[in-house]
Amino acid sequence: MKVLIPTPLRSYTDGAREVAAHGATLADVLADLDHQFPGIRFRMIDEQGRTRPHMRIFVNGVAVFDLDRPLADRDEIAIVQALSGG
Amino acid sequence: MTPLTPTPTTPATAPHTSPERHAAAGPALILVATRKGAWLYRSDAQRQEWEVDGPHFLGHIINHLVLDPRDGRTLLAAASTGHLGPTIFRSTDLGKRWSEATRPPAFAPAADASGRAVNHTFWLTPCHADEPGAWYAGTSPQGLFRSEDGGASWAPFSCINDDADYRRWMGTVQDGTPDGPKLHSILVDPRDPAHLYFAMSGGGVHESRDGGRSFAPLLKGLEVVEGFDVSDPTFHDPHCVRMCPTNPDRLYQQNHCGIYRLDRPGDTWVRIGRAMPAEVGDIGFPLVVHPRDADTAWVFPMDGQSVWPRTSPDGRPAAYVTRDGGERWQRLDDGLPTQQAWWTVKRQAMCADTHEPVGLYFGTTSGELWASADEGASWRCIARHLPEIYAVEAALPA
Repeated sequence: MKVLIPTPLRSYTDGAREVAAHGATLADVLADLDHQFPGIRFRMIDEQGRTRPHMRIFVNGVAVFDLDRPLADRDEIAIVQALSGG
Repeated sequence: MTPLTPTPTTPATAPHTSPERHAAAGPALILVATRKGAWLYRSDAQRQEWEVDGPHFLGHIINHLVLDPRDGRTLLAAASTGHLGPTIFRSTDLGKRWSEATRPPAFAPAADASGRAVNHTFWLTPCHADEPGAWYAGTSPQGLFRSEDGGASWAPFSCINDDADYRRWMGTVQDGTPDGPKLHSILVDPRDPAHLYFAMSGGGVHESRDGGRSFAPLLKGLEVVEGFDVSDPTFHDPHCVRMCPTNPDRLYQQNHCGIYRLDRPGDTWVRIGRAMPAEVGDIGFPLVVHPRDADTAWVFPMDGQSVWPRTSPDGRPAAYVTRDGGERWQRLDDGLPTQQAWWTVKRQAMCADTHEPVGLYFGTTSGELWASADEGASWRCIARHLPEIYAVEAALPA
């Protein structure tokens, strides 16, 4: 499925704004992303499995907080950073 | 690189000399970590002219940038951003190329929601000279980690991260410094790799003699804010602890409640800051020790009155030096602004090189980098307009 990568994480994807990843759940997709782009998951998800502050993941335009959320191949995932502050 | 040519100044006082000890010579390398990236400053052999290399990691928060003194070429950068999780970047060619740690410092996963997550790595310390490639890291919230592979992968170290007493002493984010409670000042006895110290803001100073298998508080003689229990490590706030390179039995400490010295095997800190001028006080963040003279140390006082402005007292910045272990202090402000300079210098943002005479360096939260090539007798600004400076380290490249 298609995954949109925000600019702060494109150093991991060699600049790509859109990559392909696979998985039956959001957690699986994040694991696949980390396999393809080592280190990217830890910048988004902490060691306790919590999504980091200022980080949001949207599936088909809807914010998803449950990493066990099932996914279908046609789903589109957007990783978004709530850029704020100075 | 952009050449910078500061104006030479004349020393106001003669620097301390100690020809019996080995001193570095040649160019100096200063590593500057800021809230928005890192910069490297290289001097000529006289430490008169400086060239800047940077920014590295523009926009990333760099809490600490440290060169491995064992190989003189490996740099570790403790990094995060306002939006991404923390990581460690490594370079084995003095910053020409960087790679990311494969496993940055992270707490062990917890079975319930009580598990902590590293917000950022705050402090980096190379392990003992006999442990090449090994490093310690201190984090916010307080955690102690170790790498065995040059900073590529990290694992929790010691029992303290999950020990019930230590967790209580660490407090919560509510109890820590404004940008998070920190474990810092990781010190390794050059005579014994199993003899370690670290400090926590808050949580006090702690010592291990068994390679980190166990730690114990080392608090006797230290003061806490009035009204709190001095016997409880929770209420102790060491800002910066340093070990004298030529006398590892001597520690100096800049604390939230004064400046102290401890001579081992004694266990009682002595408040040497009592000898500071009353109108200046003995509150501050950094403390720097002389590389060859255990009687000499420098501080950079901050205003600790009323609401704690934590700025240079009276708007007149100065370093203070003691050359007799804290019996007396001398003001060192030649070249610094004489009025209306409300600087803050953070605990990692002042350091000494190992040259003869010793060079001193500090960075301000307003983005100025200052240097002295004569042990603080005179100062000059070598960089302006940097982001908020978090850490300044002097390094000796191979």
